[in-house]
Amino acid sequence: MSIMEYNGGSVIAMVGKDCVAIASDLRLGNQALGISSNFQKIFPVTDRIYLGLPGLATDVTTLRETFRYRVNMYTIKEEREIEPETFAHLVSSTLYERRFGPYFIEPVMAGLSRSATGGFKPFIAATDLIGCLNFAKDFVVAGTASSKLYGVAEGLWEPDLDPEQLFETISQTMLNAVDRDAYSGWGVVVHVIEKDKVTTRTLKGRMD
Amino acid sequence: MAAAAVYSNPGFDFSNLTRNNFLAEKGIPLPKATSTGTTIVGCIFEDGIILGADTRATEGPIVADKNCEKIHYITESIRCCGAGTAADTEFVTNLISSNMELHGLTHGRKPRVVTAMTMLKQYLFRYQGHVGAALVLGGVDSTGPNLFTIAPHGSTDKLPYVTMGSGSLAAMAVFESYWRPNMSRADALQLVKDAISAGIFNDLGSGSNVDACIITANHTEMLRNVEMPNERVQKERSYVFRKGTTAWKKEDIKKLVLSEEVTPISGEAMDTD
Amino acid sequence: MPDMVTLPYSAPSGKPQQRQFNPYSENGGTILAISGADFSVIAGDTRQSEGYSIQTRYAPKVFRLTDNAVLAVNGFAADGNMFVKQVRQRLEWYRHAHAKDMPLRAIARLIQTMLYARRFFPYYVYNILGGIEEDGSGAVYSFDPVGSYERESCRAAGAAQSLVQPFLDNQIYFKNQVALPGRPHPQHLPLTTVIELVIDSFTSATERHIEVGDGLEMFIVLAKGSPLHGLENFDGVQEMTVTNDGERIFVLRRNLKRD
Repeated sequence: MSIMEYNGGSVIAMVGKDCVAIASDLRLGNQALGISSNFQKIFPVTDRIYLGLPGLATDVTTLRETFRYRVNMYTIKEEREIEPETFAHLVSSTLYERRFGPYFIEPVMAGLSRSATGGFKPFIAATDLIGCLNFAKDFVVAGTASSKLYGVAEGLWEPDLDPEQLFETISQTMLNAVDRDAYSGWGVVVHVIEKDKVTTRTLKGRMD
Repeated sequence: MAAAAVYSNPGFDFSNLTRNNFLAEKGIPLPKATSTGTTIVGCIFEDGIILGADTRATEGPIVADKNCEKIHYITESIRCCGAGTAADTEFVTNLISSNMELHGLTHGRKPRVVTAMTMLKQYLFRYQGHVGAALVLGGVDSTGPNLFTIAPHGSTDKLPYVTMGSGSLAAMAVFESYWRPNMSRADALQLVKDAISAGIFNDLGSGSNVDACIITANHTEMLRNVEMPNERVQKERSYVFRKGTTAWKKEDIKKLVLSEEVTPISGEAMDTD
Repeated sequence: MPDMVTLPYSAPSGKPQQRQFNPYSENGGTILAISGADFSVIAGDTRQSEGYSIQTRYAPKVFRLTDNAVLAVNGFAADGNMFVKQVRQRLEWYRHAHAKDMPLRAIARLIQTMLYARRFFPYYVYNILGGIEEDGSGAVYSFDPVGSYERESCRAAGAAQSLVQPFLDNQIYFKNQVALPGRPHPQHLPLTTVIELVIDSFTSATERHIEVGDGLEMFIVLAKGSPLHGLENFDGVQEMTVTNDGERIFVLRRNLKRD
């Protein structure tokens, strides 16, 4: 049993047409024993950036605060909101700083970045536990159900899904993947980020 | 640290080690960082250097990134391919790239490939192989074309054609069969493509596309995805779900401000004199 | 390769020495079977690998046993091949003794006893048996290496099991999908849909799993008197049936990515 399976949990992010979505399960476990079915792993960073932190629960809490602090410092110093690309590098550097004593977290980010013309461009990224960035054009996954998520997402994802279709695709991917994972599940939460609104839904799924 | 950490200290932070070692002692193995099974190559040709790399990043047997970039920027005329622990190759090349820029600025001339090689090997040797970067460094400087490999412990080789990573044997087989001194640009590029392709198709750790970089005395050409022999074919079915397929319990919609317009309410402007 | 290990212990002569031999290895690949109302589809990729090397790009993992039974084996290739050989021998003895092919459910039980006979030196293979039952229904039986088995309508096994099975749960069993009122999900899917899902499962697994690829070999078993269900529209379908007026077996091959 690796430390990543100690508390369980999984996160996925997907790109759609002018929108992105990020979803996570809600389980907190102590190995095979379920402790909570309302453990949030996704946190808003700015209005249009969400960060998922699957991994060791103590590090979820620590890193959440670290990133809140560092993003606040950035906002004050720069007098502007952080862009998703910049934030991804902030996450990467924060984790690599602890290359030889890492946090057991594999972050997943989703957001809309402002393009030069003032429009919004979908952005997703993930890193491993020591901060190696992965910018994908379709989807990124992390957590104890990652191999299941890769399989289902590779099957279900298509380009240019609208926000409603993207919600269905990411929800079905997440639900079916966590149903085959002993360490993830116990509820799923999905955020769909569009330029003018963020829709957050708690899904109905198996609770076993 | 006394004051609040507005700026973090340079270098690595080892403060989690006590906790992680405690966890490891309790019999919980520490997870391994993502390693890239890779094919990276470099070869000298008549007027410069060509570097090549595949684009697959793996986590064990799973493909984490189908199209990652393994040819890293060092300076305009020096580039570096990375294999091994993915994060290490990324950060070590970034660090040396910054130091090379500063080196150029302080000395007022273009830094040489051996300089980058020495910086890299001294850094890697200091960490005794724990920074797991296996590199192919190539470039053209005042001394001409230079090509090196740097192993994770800091040892280096200087050869006319080199390969590294899990696909190094497949790629080296191609080089040993077809490499000749003073090859033309086109022939050398084809050779690099063939060597990387040998890795892509015969080594499971390597895959997807071919990246190449041609460095000559006064021009560097980065050929991202010069060959894409592994595009996914069209799926048999469409998997778009009908709206309402997923049952949900709770919804919360957060409206965001897209743009704001300031409208003055009364006519009198404020007296600012 | 199965390897010999001498433990680092130099004993003075006369003292016992220890030797260790690991007879097993893993050869990657994935298999999958889905049953319909009157048909069964059994598929596998054709790559055989060890570590980061490809041993061969074409090593069949799916085998025709009789006209109504197909067996897919995955795990340690040497064990798999020997196991199929021995199952086929037992089926031939049955044919000589009873002048008919063994029914599918009997083959399933035979495989269980053959696997459990090696409880303490198992065949390192996961088996999936597909075919047509005596009542004409499509069936899939899945086994663990020591013979525990059950009848299901859909199963994936092997290297990419964790990638493919949840996808199949969603697309075959309609798991987590809400049906429209008055339009319940179908119990059985049409053959063309099943074949398309199998192809997409394998192309997806090839994208994300390094040990899956090269080729896809798919066997389709049709019940006695069943129409072709659109099978004739797929390119390169080849009939493998041996007997007349019984179940029919077809094979369908597709290329997979070779990286």
